[in-house]
Amino acid sequence: MAGTEEREAAFYAIIDADGRIEPRDDMPEAYRRTLVRQIAQHAHSEIIGMQPEGNWISRAPSLRRKAILLAKVQDEAGHGLYLYAAAETLGVSRDQLLELLHARKQKYSSIFNYPTLTWADVGAIGWLVDGAAITNQVPLTRCSYGPYARAMVRICKEESFHQRQGFEALLTLTRGTPAQKAMAQDALDRWWYPSLAMFGPPDTGEQASGGHTEQSMRWGIKRFTNDELRQRFVDMTVPQSQVLGLTIPDPDLRWNEERGHYDFTPPDYDELFRVIKGDGPCNAQRLAHRVAAHEDGAWVREAAAAYAAKKQEVAA
Amino acid sequence: MRDRYALALGDDALILAQRLGEWVARAPELEEDVALANIALDLLGQARSLLTYAGELEGAGRDEDALAYWRDDRDFRNVLLVELPGGDFAVTMARQLVFAAYQYELYDRLRASTDDTLAAVAGKAVKEVHYHRDHATQWVLRLGDGTDESHRRMAAGLETVWPYVDELFEPFDGADVDPAALREPWQAYVGAVLAEAGLEPPATGQHRTGGRRGLHTEHLGYLLAEMQHLHRSHPGATW
Amino acid sequence: MTSQWPLWEVFVRAKRGLSHIHVGSLHAPDAAMAVRNARDVYTRRGEGVSIWVVPSDQITASSPDEKDAFFDPAGDKVYRHPTFYEVPAEAKHL
Repeated sequence: MAGTEEREAAFYAIIDADGRIEPRDDMPEAYRRTLVRQIAQHAHSEIIGMQPEGNWISRAPSLRRKAILLAKVQDEAGHGLYLYAAAETLGVSRDQLLELLHARKQKYSSIFNYPTLTWADVGAIGWLVDGAAITNQVPLTRCSYGPYARAMVRICKEESFHQRQGFEALLTLTRGTPAQKAMAQDALDRWWYPSLAMFGPPDTGEQASGGHTEQSMRWGIKRFTNDELRQRFVDMTVPQSQVLGLTIPDPDLRWNEERGHYDFTPPDYDELFRVIKGDGPCNAQRLAHRVAAHEDGAWVREAAAAYAAKKQEVAA
Repeated sequence: MRDRYALALGDDALILAQRLGEWVARAPELEEDVALANIALDLLGQARSLLTYAGELEGAGRDEDALAYWRDDRDFRNVLLVELPGGDFAVTMARQLVFAAYQYELYDRLRASTDDTLAAVAGKAVKEVHYHRDHATQWVLRLGDGTDESHRRMAAGLETVWPYVDELFEPFDGADVDPAALREPWQAYVGAVLAEAGLEPPATGQHRTGGRRGLHTEHLGYLLAEMQHLHRSHPGATW
Repeated sequence: MTSQWPLWEVFVRAKRGLSHIHVGSLHAPDAAMAVRNARDVYTRRGEGVSIWVVPSDQITASSPDEKDAFFDPAGDKVYRHPTFYEVPAEAKHL
């Protein structure tokens, strides 16, 4: 058995060579804890994220859109499932993680605490929220923890249709009736700043030392800062908004020739922290829905487990 | 005649897809969310093909959305079984077993239809509903022979849906496949599953019917109100 | 009694002629449900023609602690590889 120092050195040797850590490798406890927290939060976001869009499955305005939306929300269940499985390789069970979610001890992305009030919100979520998620997730396919990176490869592959369908849905609205176009603009007005906040609080310059960014980057869990990713998202999204013919609700948004990036107004981070702490429009509703689904399903899970146990007894 | 038949089968699939969609983000386990969404998507695909074809046969220029969104409940031709509220997981699985077993026998025979379009739809759908039937079978076995509570709930689920079984096999004018001919193989399959699950077919004396003639339960009106309101709020719009 | 369903590892054959490859895991109460869940979760985009499921706790793995002893000795057996051998260019089909 190697000593602690030696094992830590072996871990960092893999990290420094941009290698991958696998489940049964030695790893610092803090690395393991950080991964569990991050993967769980990511998994929770996928399954809570089913609700705001699932809200429109029954009302989708065409059968084609209904099928697309159903397939997309189904994918999110699948993505949650892949991510819980990745977390389970670190020695926590899905049940434990769900308990933590239900007890408000683990978080999910604050974006899903905003309501989907119109059909255009479904398009805006696909375009902006999934766009922001993809910006966050693509670097995670190179995350230092193998199971997480592999789950992200699968998720990114499947998500490529999510953003496109959202953009297409909005494009159809902006080329439609005046009422449809107004619906699309209203959705952008409401989802723009919450989408920018999805990248998390500022973590460069004066704010560099506050959060987890530095440590996560050292561990190869995070590859870019929140601010870099936010900028990348804005640079990517502004030209798309022009194709849509929609106006981003930021009077100070303009191209900065010197920086080679768009300047933009940052989201209200106080609001972000308030929503994270539970004070968002839908926090209570989302969690209550999730807990009810879990509790309503308990007798079904128990029945299947009991049936399996009976069959095993007969076989033995 | 045949447009009425395609419409009836399409309505069955559409309304059941709508009901199954209600389970999304509400299933007992994540794996089951994915499974139920798959089944709903299969049914929605069947509905779209059948409604599109019904519209073509009718020749009045109505496409799948015109038929799905612009008819009132008196013009829907689905059987009552598919419009019943989802209830708990046992009610849903009881309905799935009853209906998928019926659809399987139906599509299996409809493949031989002289109508090429219906035969093609059936050829694709029969594989889908074979899986739906198997999925429901697995659950009825587990709930029937799981815990006391699940057995009680499963028996209650069967009680709920049983009065709506006979309607599936009633004569239908212009049907390519005689519904009455499906009863015996359906009975054989479902009977065997219930026996293995330790469940009895409910001895109900009730026979609810009317869906094929547009006489529905009160539930359908609410289902349609929800499904149709956005589309109807913007007449002529493209989505 | 815990109602947490056990974990299963899923292997999918993408098409005929290829091996089953590990694609991920899922929870299921028993083998019959596991293979069905795997179909719904891991092949819904037509990714496979055959599925294996294995209870995760039935897998015996080599220990990471012994990985040097297990795998390093194979590293210097260069004579196991065809490129180790030099043959004249005119000798074909070797």
